[in-house]
Amino acid sequence: MTQPLSVRNVTAHYGTTKVLEDLSLDVAEGELVSLLGASGCGKTTTLRLIAGFLEPSAGTITLGGRDLTRLPAYKRDIGLVFQNYALFPHLTVLENVAFGLKQRGIATADREKRARAMLERVGLAPLADRLPGALSGGQKQRVALARALVIEPPLLMFDEPLSNLDAKLRIDMRVEIRQLQRANRTTAVYVTHDQEEAFSISDRVAIMNAGRIMQFDTPETLYQRPANAFVARFVGFENLIPMQVVARDGETVNAETAGGAKLTLSRERFGDIPDAFIFAARADGLRVVPGTGEGIPATTGLRTYLGRAYQYHCDTAAGPIVANGPLSQPLEPGSAATLVPVPDQCCVLAAE
Amino acid sequence: MATRIPLPLILLTIAVYIFLVGPLIIILGAAVSDTTYLTFPPQGFTLHWFQRIFEIGAFRRTIVTSLELACLATALALVIGIPAAYALNRYRIQLPTWLSTVFVLPILVPEIVLGFSLLKSVAVGAALPIFPTLLIGHTLLVLPYAVRVISASLASFDFSIEEAAISLGSPPAKTFFTIVLPNVRSGVIAAFILAFITSINDVSTSLFLTGPGVSTLPIQILAHVEQFFDPVIASVSVLLMLLTVAVMAIVERTLGLTFLTK
Repeated sequence: MTQPLSVRNVTAHYGTTKVLEDLSLDVAEGELVSLLGASGCGKTTTLRLIAGFLEPSAGTITLGGRDLTRLPAYKRDIGLVFQNYALFPHLTVLENVAFGLKQRGIATADREKRARAMLERVGLAPLADRLPGALSGGQKQRVALARALVIEPPLLMFDEPLSNLDAKLRIDMRVEIRQLQRANRTTAVYVTHDQEEAFSISDRVAIMNAGRIMQFDTPETLYQRPANAFVARFVGFENLIPMQVVARDGETVNAETAGGAKLTLSRERFGDIPDAFIFAARADGLRVVPGTGEGIPATTGLRTYLGRAYQYHCDTAAGPIVANGPLSQPLEPGSAATLVPVPDQCCVLAAE
Repeated sequence: MATRIPLPLILLTIAVYIFLVGPLIIILGAAVSDTTYLTFPPQGFTLHWFQRIFEIGAFRRTIVTSLELACLATALALVIGIPAAYALNRYRIQLPTWLSTVFVLPILVPEIVLGFSLLKSVAVGAALPIFPTLLIGHTLLVLPYAVRVISASLASFDFSIEEAAISLGSPPAKTFFTIVLPNVRSGVIAAFILAFITSINDVSTSLFLTGPGVSTLPIQILAHVEQFFDPVIASVSVLLMLLTVAVMAIVERTLGLTFLTK
């Protein structure tokens, strides 16, 4: 029942504006893939192309080997869950869930039985005869989920399904969505602008910007090893420091920032380092040590308390840098300090 | 404890009610007056003037014409107006902004100008018979109301509901009837009633387009008043009101008059 999705070299336009550029995306059977990005990055456009509400100007979309590219939306068999629930206001909860089965010509008794069973699974069986207007946001989204799942679609897609819910419910619902998706082993595409949401429930995440996929990988890899400066910024690397290689030997590379601060980087950890590169580090990836030593010389500024550490806004020859220091040694503003990289939490990226 | 309503407000409310209902009471009174001229308060009581309406052939004929015209013009306006309003709302982003204005233009043109230009172009120019010309005129007259009212209803319709139905396997045309239309029903009913009332009461446009043998009830009333001053006018007005109420009642029974309470 579940099938792999393949989007190949798809380009899309709104009028004369190009909104997707040569986009390719493969989703394996039973995998949940998120499209993550700010509004206007093309994630919703991608979803609408797969759903059939938009036609690509080039490229192909296949689902389990079946070419969907020119197939009308109503023949695609894709379960959709919308941001604003999109329940049918004039139909009861049960009729909403049974709607897709009715379109498939399933007899009344059978489709009611199956719709009720699905409502049971999302915990809404007692509300079967209500109209959607009488439900809370969370209940509405459960109905929408049941309505999409009951047709047993080979592909399930979510368009920002939780953004109208409050914070606590969002977390409960995303766990519920993930559990249902895993239990059915349904291939799923999940569109969101919320990084935590995407990372927490996805097998893989495609980070998008300006109609392109910037990186498509597991949440762990994206979080720890961003492939480029855009993704690094997106996943919260506060410091992107342009550097220049000044000397290379067998094991290490010596590099310098604009203001002349030097770092020695191990080739074993960072691999091939181009002559001009960006040294990316989260605040946690640069340790603030009092006094001078091996690292980037800095003067500490504003200190904030994070609970697990102190965070310092430092002035350095390479510009302002945010770095964390231990709780045992609070430093007053204006102290001389050294920022020591923690290699595991830093990356070397191609210069922009 | 009950809230005290200020006296001026009570008086104002009563005044508004008198203003609204007063003319109706006067017409109703005059229609049953047992005199040969229009008078209020009525002197005596008779239903003779209602009987008289049907003895005058011109009234009999124009009542039928007006009903036919209002029904057909309203139906046409809905057949054109519903798809137009749908397209204007569904593809709002893709369509140029002036396009929705086009559908409101007939409201901006004085009705009398509309009637006269139709006379010149359609009745004389294209030599169309009277009834089709009247139908064109009335359809043009009521179409803007239909488009505006249904548009207002569609403006609050979330089109992702339509997409949800399509994604569940319902073809677009079927989705329109099973999902979109039931959710803008109140707008369609409101449009129906507005269009029907506008058509059945119209004088300005019809004035130019009626001709020998074919006339509408309001035009016949006008012609009658020019010659007679008997209570038939009042009784025919009552009849016109009753007809309108009857149509609203039928529409309410079949479709549900929810727009008044929403």
